[in-house]
This record gives sequence, structure tokens and C-alpha cells, in this order.
Amino acid sequence: MAKTILPYVISGISVGGQYALIAIGYTMVYGILRLINFAHGDVFMVAGLLMVYLAASLPLYVSIPLVILLTVLLGFTIERVAYRPLRTAPRMSVMISAIGVSYLLQNLALYITGGLNKNYPQIPWISDRVTVLGMETSRVTIITPFLTIVLVVLLVLLINHTKIGMAMRAVSLNFETSQLMGIRINNVISATFIIGTFLAAVGSMLFFTNYPGVVPTSGAMPGLKAFVAAVFGGIGSIPGAVIGAFIIGIAESLIKGLDTILIVHGTIAEQIGFATFSDAFTFILLIIVLVFKPTGLFGEKTTDKV
Amino acid sequence: MKKQNELPNSKQSSWVSFLLVLAFLALVFYLDQIIKPTNKMYMLMTVLQKGSVYALAAVSMNLLNGYTGLFSLGHAGFMLIGAYTYAIFTIPSSARDTVYQYFDAAIRFSFPEAFSNVMGPAGTALGVLVAVILAGLLAAFFAYLIGLPVLRLKSDYLAIATLGFAEIIRAVFQWQKLGPITNGSNLLKSFARTSKFKLEVGDTKLVLSTFVPVLIATVSIIIIVKLVNSTYGRAFKAIRDDEVAAEAMGINLARHKMISFTVSSFFAGVSGAMMAMVLSIAQASNFKSAMTYEILLMVVLGGIGSTSGSVIGSFLFVAASEWWLRGLDSGTFLGINAPGVFRNGFRLVVFSIIIMIVVLFFRKGIMGEREISDLFRSRKKKAKGAAQ
Repeated sequence: MAKTILPYVISGISVGGQYALIAIGYTMVYGILRLINFAHGDVFMVAGLLMVYLAASLPLYVSIPLVILLTVLLGFTIERVAYRPLRTAPRMSVMISAIGVSYLLQNLALYITGGLNKNYPQIPWISDRVTVLGMETSRVTIITPFLTIVLVVLLVLLINHTKIGMAMRAVSLNFETSQLMGIRINNVISATFIIGTFLAAVGSMLFFTNYPGVVPTSGAMPGLKAFVAAVFGGIGSIPGAVIGAFIIGIAESLIKGLDTILIVHGTIAEQIGFATFSDAFTFILLIIVLVFKPTGLFGEKTTDKV
Repeated sequence: MKKQNELPNSKQSSWVSFLLVLAFLALVFYLDQIIKPTNKMYMLMTVLQKGSVYALAAVSMNLLNGYTGLFSLGHAGFMLIGAYTYAIFTIPSSARDTVYQYFDAAIRFSFPEAFSNVMGPAGTALGVLVAVILAGLLAAFFAYLIGLPVLRLKSDYLAIATLGFAEIIRAVFQWQKLGPITNGSNLLKSFARTSKFKLEVGDTKLVLSTFVPVLIATVSIIIIVKLVNSTYGRAFKAIRDDEVAAEAMGINLARHKMISFTVSSFFAGVSGAMMAMVLSIAQASNFKSAMTYEILLMVVLGGIGSTSGSVIGSFLFVAASEWWLRGLDSGTFLGINAPGVFRNGFRLVVFSIIIMIVVLFFRKGIMGEREISDLFRSRKKKAKGAAQ
């Protein structure tokens, strides 16, 4: 029994780590701007495509930093061009703008790739096969959760112990008051986007190494799931997003293998096709959380003011 | 706030708009007869067909997002329910087994067939109509179930929850175990479709392939307009402008939100059914959240909170992406020949840039919150003022 479940749990932890890196971008932006950045998943996809194109002509030690740099630049530019002009507009307009950016990035990717699946380059060492606890897997699966935790600890240190981190906390607490306190909120928001897209770029390298390739819609589903993870953990809370992402990753992976597990266990005789619901499960979880505990696991309670 | 008192000549103006609608329908009917699929101008008919599908979808989304202020992103899911309901109940029994090639079809009932057995050719039309209405009703029923927990949520949480529901619905319809009903992840085809709609008068066959979708869309949009102009519509707008104030005025929030949500989903279901009959296939994998986003962008293009804006927006959207900007994909555009740049997909890039420009710099869209009739009214008033 344990032997059939273990591979799914391990790959689930790995996927969860990748979702966590994306989810942080969502939760930080939402904490500060109260905006669901629908384009974040597509930025993640663009990072994947950049890697495909850059690694084709440059050595890896150049292309990896370059991919991260360009992705961060993209996130920064999106905020500047598409969100900053709408700072005083109703929230719905900003959300529509985010959807517009997502549409643009997907169409741009479609144009450049011609809609074809682009094979992700092999990154030596991390895509090697290794044997852990009697099962064979790629090294990236093992590395991902540890790398995620290291990055999250660094991020939490940054937020709790540096000046820019303090400014971020102030802005997310109250936008206008922090402006009166002399915080340049535009710089803080730019910093938030830079951190978010940096983590998404790292996440994309870990994510796509385990997948056959990148297509223009590759970012949509991981993006939505990472957002659900952020909501699940309590939006605005970084540890919450990380825990939510791990739970969703493991649950999703288990559901993908549920048919096989149950057959081995003898509960059912033939395939039921639970794998179809591996994406839908995330949303079922989301709706349950929203209905029973809208603030998520670690979210703070907000009240409506007239 | 818009003025709500009716102008004294409103009866007259409603007659004028009624006649205009009739004239438009007559024109579409006429075009249907003279423009054959081989004609170069047939693109116009394609745009009219698809445009009317999207126009209804956009208007129904606008009822929710624009008039009631409920930011819902579940439209594709309700359209999927509509498309499948329509398709399943209009497949003729002779074609059932070829369509459900991997499954043993559970539903072997077709409305057009059942009615035409009783009433002859008129029964086929009635059967199609019944299937379309059933498509809407089923979508509305699911919307009611979904709305019970979800409508309590606020703005962006509502958006993400409805988006999630659309994804769940898509997964359920693709589930192998439901194959006998939904054909699993395979597509549904061979059902009653617009390209086969014909009216036989004596020896002449009249083509109805564009007229039928345009007619359904027109009637549905008129019903939505009537609803928006009723006391319910005013309550919706009050909820949009200020929920707390609306509640203090005695508007039952939960009830009105639910009415808006189910009515909007009903027409989303109808537009899904229309989409199936226009495209002549129905497949769950087409109804992704990208479809909802496109409809939302049409609403934004036309102006959130304007029904005529949504109609204009969706026809422009369809015409631009299917017809006018075609050249951007195939090498030559406006006489410029640059196959290196103008290749597959460039059309959509240009198109999304235009949309971003609208979203960022023309936030009110084409119509803002006005309707076409408002434009004439204000002009008349100005003319009066000048005369005095």
C-alpha cells in the first residue's frame, strides 16, 4: 500500500513546491493591491518560453540568469504599463486589465511559437534520474521542496527585517496611510512585482523540467491553481500560500493516481477515471474554503465599512 | 445615475425601434437567400452567425457584470451546459450510434424527431426551439445550485469561484463514466445545425442558416432589455451602485442577485446552444476560461453597463478577428505584403493590443453606459434647446 502511494506523494510535494513559488507572487500582489493578477500564470509561461529560446543559442550559465532577469523585467513592465495607470480606477477595471494582459501574452506566445509545443531544454544535474527510497525519479523532484523552503525563508526574512519589507507590510495594511508616512508606494509595488516574478521564473525552471514542453496555454492552469493555493492559505499570508500550495500539489497528485491506488488496494476492479478531476478538485477545494472560511487558513478577518 | 423617468414619446420610440428590428430581420432573411456559401461575401454571413451567438453571450454577461455588479467568470461553463443539452436532444436516432461510437448512448430521444413525427415539418422547428429553451433552463438550474453558496462572496472571490465552477463543469462533462450521456471527451456532431435549416414553400427552398441564430439572439436580447428596464433592472443597478444602500432601501439582495445570476445563465445556455448549432459540433474542451475572457473583453469593448454596447462590441470583435484582420494572418494586409511578419497568429496579437489600448485609455468602451436610443434622444433635446 505505502509503496503505491509514495511516488504520488513525492511528486505531489514537488509540484506543490512549484505552485508555492507561483502562489507567493499572487498573494503578495493581492496583499498590496487587492488585485488578482491574472497575468501571473502567463508570465510563468513566458519564462518557460524564454528559456527554450535562450538555451538554444547560449550556454546554460548565461541563459538561466538571463531568463530570470528578462522575466523580472517583464513583470516590472506589466505593472508599469497595465496596472499603474489604473491605480485610482475601480478594482474591476484593474482586474479586466490583468485579463487583457493575460490574453495578450498568450496570443503573443501563440504567434511566436506558431502554437507548437516547444521542448524544454535539459538542464544537466537537476534533470538527472536518481533513486530515492526505492523509486526512480528526476533529481528536480527531490530538490524542489527544499529550494522552495529556502527561498521562502529568505523572503520572510526580507519582509520582517529589511526596510523595503517593512514598507511592504505597511502598504498592505493601509495604502493611504503609508503614503502619508512618506513611503513611496510605487517603488514598493514595483519591488513586489519583481520578487513575485523572480520566484515565478525559478518555479518555471523547476516545473517545465518535469514536463515535455511549453505551449502558450501552459501557464493558465498552474497559475489558477497557485492562486487557489494562495486563497486556501489565506490571501496575503506567505506561509499560508506555501502550505496551501503543498496541500494542493499532494492532493492533485494523489487524485491523478487514485485509480491505480484503489485497484492495487482492491477497492475497485477497473479504472473509474478520477484523473479527469485532478484540475477540478482544486476548484472544489476553493469553493469549500470560500464558503466555510473565506479568509483561508491564516488570513486575517476583514469587515465591511459603509 | 441614469434618469429613470420615461419620456412622453416613449411609446412612439418603442414602435420605431420595433420596426427597425423587423427591418433588420427582414434584411438578414433576404441576405440569407442571395449570398451563397460560395460567394466572396459569405464572410458577412459567418460574422452575422457567430456575432449573434457572442452578442447574446455578451449581453447576458453584461446583465450580471454591468448591471448587477456581480463579477462572474463562469460564462463558458453555462454555455457548455447549453451546447451539450441542445446537441444531445437533437441528434437524430439514425446518427446516434455513429456519434457515440465508444459508448452505448443512454439518451435516445430527439425533440425535432419526436415533434416532426406528430406535426410534420413544423414539428422539426418546434423541436429545435424546445431543445434551445431546455438548454437555457438546464443552465439556469445549475446556476441556481451554484449561486446558493457562491453569491454570498464579494467581488474578486466571486470571480474566482465562478471561474472554478466552469472548470469543474468542464471536467464533469469530459468524464469517461458519463460517456453514455456526454460522449466523454469526444465531440458531439450530426445534431440539428443551422446549415441544414431550410423552409420549403412549394418548390422553392428558403435558406435560414443565418436568420435563425439572428432571430433567437434578437428575441433573447429584447427580453433582457425589458428586464433591465423593469423594476428588477432598477434594483440590479441599485445593488451595483451601493449594496448597503440598496439593502437599506428594502431590496432583497440575495433574491435579486439570484434572479440576475439565473437569468444571465439561462441566456448563456441559449447562446451555448446557438454556438453548437452554428459550429455544428459541441466539444467540452472548447469551453475554456479563455472563452469567458473573450466575452468579457467584448463587453468591455462595448462599454460595461450598455446592452447596445455589448452587441456592437461583440459584432466588432467577431468581424475584426474573423474577417477584417484576416490579412494579418495570411501575408497581405492593406496592400502591404510581408509574409515574414504577417503570419499565423499576428491577427490576434494586433487584436489584443487594440483591446489593451481600449482597457487602458478608453475605459468606458464604445458606448459607456449609454444605449443607442440615448444618442438620438440627447440629439433631439439639443435641437430643441437650439430652437428655443
